[in-house]
This record gives sequence, structure tokens and C-alpha cells, in this order.
Amino acid sequence: MTVLDVRAVTKVYGEGAATVHALRGVSLTVERGEYVAIMGSSGSGKSTLMHILGCLDIPSAGRYLLDGVDVSRLNDRQLALVRNRRIGFVFQSFNLIPRTSALANVELPLAYAGVKAAERRRRARVALDMVGLADRADHEPNQLSGGQQQRVAVARALVTEPALVLADEPTGNLDSRSTEDILGILDELHAAGRTILLITHEGDVAARASRLIRLFDGQIASDVRQERVHS
Amino acid sequence: MSVFEVLRFAVRGIGANKLRSGLTMLGILIGVAAVILLVAVGNGSAREVAERIEALGTKTLTIQGNGVLTPGVAKALDDPVLAPDVASVSPVVSTQATLTYEGSDHSVQQFVGSYPSYFGASNSPVGNGAGFTDDDVARGRRVVVIGQTVAEEMFTGVDPIGKEITASGALFTVVGVLDEKSSASGFMDANDVVIAPLTAVQQALTGYGPYNSIVVEAASSDKVSIAQSQVSLILSQRIETTANATTQPYRIQNASQLLETQTETADTFTTLLGAVAGISLLVGGIGITNIMLVTVTERTREIGIRKALGAPRRVILTQFLAEATMLSLLGGGLGVAAALIGSNFTIVGVKPVIVPSSIALALCVSVAIGLFFGSVPANRAAGLRPIDALRYE
Repeated sequence: MTVLDVRAVTKVYGEGAATVHALRGVSLTVERGEYVAIMGSSGSGKSTLMHILGCLDIPSAGRYLLDGVDVSRLNDRQLALVRNRRIGFVFQSFNLIPRTSALANVELPLAYAGVKAAERRRRARVALDMVGLADRADHEPNQLSGGQQQRVAVARALVTEPALVLADEPTGNLDSRSTEDILGILDELHAAGRTILLITHEGDVAARASRLIRLFDGQIASDVRQERVHS
Repeated sequence: MSVFEVLRFAVRGIGANKLRSGLTMLGILIGVAAVILLVAVGNGSAREVAERIEALGTKTLTIQGNGVLTPGVAKALDDPVLAPDVASVSPVVSTQATLTYEGSDHSVQQFVGSYPSYFGASNSPVGNGAGFTDDDVARGRRVVVIGQTVAEEMFTGVDPIGKEITASGALFTVVGVLDEKSSASGFMDANDVVIAPLTAVQQALTGYGPYNSIVVEAASSDKVSIAQSQVSLILSQRIETTANATTQPYRIQNASQLLETQTETADTFTTLLGAVAGISLLVGGIGITNIMLVTVTERTREIGIRKALGAPRRVILTQFLAEATMLSLLGGGLGVAAALIGSNFTIVGVKPVIVPSSIALALCVSVAIGLFFGSVPANRAAGLRPIDALRYE
């Protein structure tokens, strides 16, 4: 079953002489349960593509179907619902809410989904336990290391049990041990049947995926299936 | 998300930055308290002035003149045909005198000689003992009624009734003590007074010259102006004004006129204070505006994160609105409390009297400012695409 169906998507920033074509017609489909790595030099449009896939941005032209639904037809409320229920997004810069405990950060998407407080706390603790941070639940982001913050962010992305996990250079700011932790969690998610899209610069991170897409100048340069490398 | 949930989010948002929240509340507090207190001070001073003038008696006219108020003039005023609205006429002589009683002495500001009707006309009822009678006046009996201050100064712990005091060598018997007058008017202590029969005072102290003033009481407080025109007609017939004189030799003071003028002055004063307070509320409001703008701008990124996690625009808006409402209500409430506490103290000699509408006004304005400037930037941020909000620096 097709989860993502991107058709001739373009994204243009700015106007006139300052126009930047971030995406020049990208088409791709991703099936349920795939583990896709996207590589490309900076400026190749991979982050822009990821933001469009995560419904954080809208394409200038082209169509984007998520689970068969054309996202451009959704209103603000429905988009919020899609972001909340279908997608778990992991950012390179963690994007945790400051001065708020790890547990409260993980609870946040559940709160917006309307889950009751007690149930929310239980599920958030389970998610934190999955990323190995059960004992850091009451710490605020500035009391956690980068690797721990990213694990909290991953827990936040998977707490709603989304079918699609999008990770925008999740290991870009992390040391090798933390990188290994995060990739291990993503492997588990993949094993559990989640669809994962991951942006990375590093070849050994990309090697963990079952499919590798290379972007160049806003277009897909290559799209190959590969044998996954397990650590 | 339930209302309760949103409120909890808002409390968490406020708690996340205690210093800034505290400063915002302080700004609102000062603005609200200043408005309420300043208006209360203005109102209090207006009340005080009104009370002082009412203490003089609102039905009375006081005629003051230099050497022209002879017994003949006083008699002419007491005329049921020409002046039907005059209830009583009390000629007044007054002087300063030193009183002594058993070695203690006291210099009294006003040693007044008049008729018994003076007690009613000057709004100084006898509290303890009795006043003197027309018979006392006719016979020139040396009896006095003393004011509270005199009683306290000279008769500490002793009942003054029946005691004999000496005033500049003449012996007087105390027959009564006046009630305490509401407030000391201006520089003079209204309770530092001694009232005795006119004839006795003339005989013993002032001599038989013209009166210092004549207090005329009108039949009722709404007949004061009619009585005044009747009085001034009689006076103009009785007292000759020299042809080249620029001022009249006598002057009629009308207590209710005085009251009106003073009330107007006090109203102006209140308005002025209100304007000053309004400016302080405005400045406080700009402070709130500034902090709200900074808060929301600074949290645009946070709004982006929340949107990326699937927060609908409405929930984000409600959260920021709830935060702004809580801050301004809490600050405003504390401001009201501070003003209520402050109004128990005397401020620059005035006992403030709270005007309830000023509380409502100050509270409404501060909450409205807080809400408006909390919600407008929040609305703008919540309307951004998540990625734009996330990239906001």
C-alpha cells in the first residue's frame, strides 16, 4: 500500500532575480514499511522535501498524496490532525519546548490528540522507556545532553504511534554513540512496521536503510533499493 | 482539548518564565492601583471639602462688614414682612481671649457672643449640658458653652459643667459643651470655640461697638437664595454706600454657594488626578503591550514546534489568550487589593474614598489591553506555516 505519493512537486522561494528553485519536479512513491534514506549535498532540496512531506510547508506546484489523500485540499484544522496522528517528525535541532520536562514534551502530541491526562502520562512513560530515558522524565531539555534530547524528541515523535516517521538529519548534531542509540531506535520502529524517511549526510547512516534516494539540484538523481547493513 | 487542559497549559506557560510574568503583573498592578487610588484621593478630598462646608450650615448666610453692622441693621433683618424667608438672625461679636481655670490657661481662637439661635444657624449643637436662653442674653448672664478642644485642654478628667472660668478677667460659668464638629476646617480648629450670650461678651470683652458679623438662617435650604436677595435688599436700604467706593462695606456669604464652588473645584481636582492616573494606566498598558509582544515573538519558535506536533490554531490561540487573561486578571486583582489596602491610609492629608466605577474601569482597561496585545501577535504567529514559525529568529 502506498503511503506517500509525490507527483512533480516543485518549491520556489523568493521572487524575480532572487528566485531559488529548491525543488524542480520531484516524483516518488513510498510503500508501507519502507525505510528510505535521502542523501544530497546542502542546497539539494532534501530538507524542503522533508518539510513538504511532513505537512510543515506546502509545495509551489505538484501534488502530494498522504495515504491517498491530497494534502493541499485539507484546511488548517485537518492539517493539524494529519500532523498529529499520521506523522512523527524528528528535527536535526531537536526542537524540544524549553523549560518543560521531558515527560511533558513527550505528552504534548497526545494532549493535542485529546488523550486523557492519566493515559497520556502512561503512554509518554512507555515511549521514554523505549528510548531508554525513563529515569530522565522530570529533566528539562537544558539538563539533558544532545543525544538525550534527541531521544526525547524521538520518543515524542513515536508516542502517537504514527505510521510515518520523518527524521531530518536526526544524528547530524550527535556523537557516534548517540547516533548509534538513535539509529537503533529507528531500526526497532522499522521492525515494528513503521514507514521511515531519514535525511542524512553520512553514508553509514544511509546504509541502514532499505532504499537510498539521492537528490541533486532539486531533482532525484538516483533511487535504488539496497541491502540493509545491520550494526 | 478541554478548557481545564488549556488552563493548565497556560499556567505552565506563565510558570516557565516567572520573572517576566512577575514584571508584567507588576506593571498592571501599578497601573490599576494608581488609577483607583488617585481617583479615591480626589474623591476623598472633595468629600472632605463638602463636609467642612456642610458643617458651617447649608441654610445660613453670613453677613460680614466693617463697622456697619449695627444693632439697627440686625433688627431690620428680622422682619417677617420684608424678609419672610429668614428664620432667625444672630448677630455675632467675636474676639480672642485667654481662659483660665484653676491655674491652667488656654488661649481660645474664637470667643463668640451671640443669640441662642446661633447654635442652630452655625450647625454647632450642644452635646453635654445646655445652651443659654434669650433670657440669659437679655440679662447679660455670664454663662458659656465651650467647644470640645477647650473642654479637653482645660478640664482633663473633670466635668466642666458648672465650673467657673475666667476670660480676660471676667468670670463665666460653663453651662454646656458643644458636640465635636466633623472636621477641622482649614487652619482653624472648629472645636476651639467658646459661645456666650451677646450682651455678656460685649459687656465683659468687646464693648458695645458694631457686630463682627450677622448669621442669618433661612427657613429651609432651598430658600437660601430667596432669603439672600431679601437680606441684600434690606442691607442696601439700611447701609449707605459711599458714592466713590469701589467695594461694598459688607459681604454676604452663602454656604451653599460656597459648597457649589468648592465642589466644582474638587471635581476639577478629581478629573486632574484621574487624568494623571489614566496616563499611568496608559504607560502601564504600553508596558503590558511590550511584554506581550516580546513574549509572543520570542515564543514563535515554540508555536512552530506545537504546530508541527499537530496543535490546531485555535488551541494555540486559546493558550496564549488564557495566559494573557490570567496575567492581566491576576495583576489587576492584586492592583485592586493594593488600592483597597492603600485607601486605608491617609494620603497627603486626605482620607481616600474609593469610587467603585474606577475599580471596574481600571480592571477592564488593563485586562482589555492585556488580551488585545496578547492575542494579536499570538494570532499572527498561530497563522504562520509551521516551517516559517520554526525558522523565526
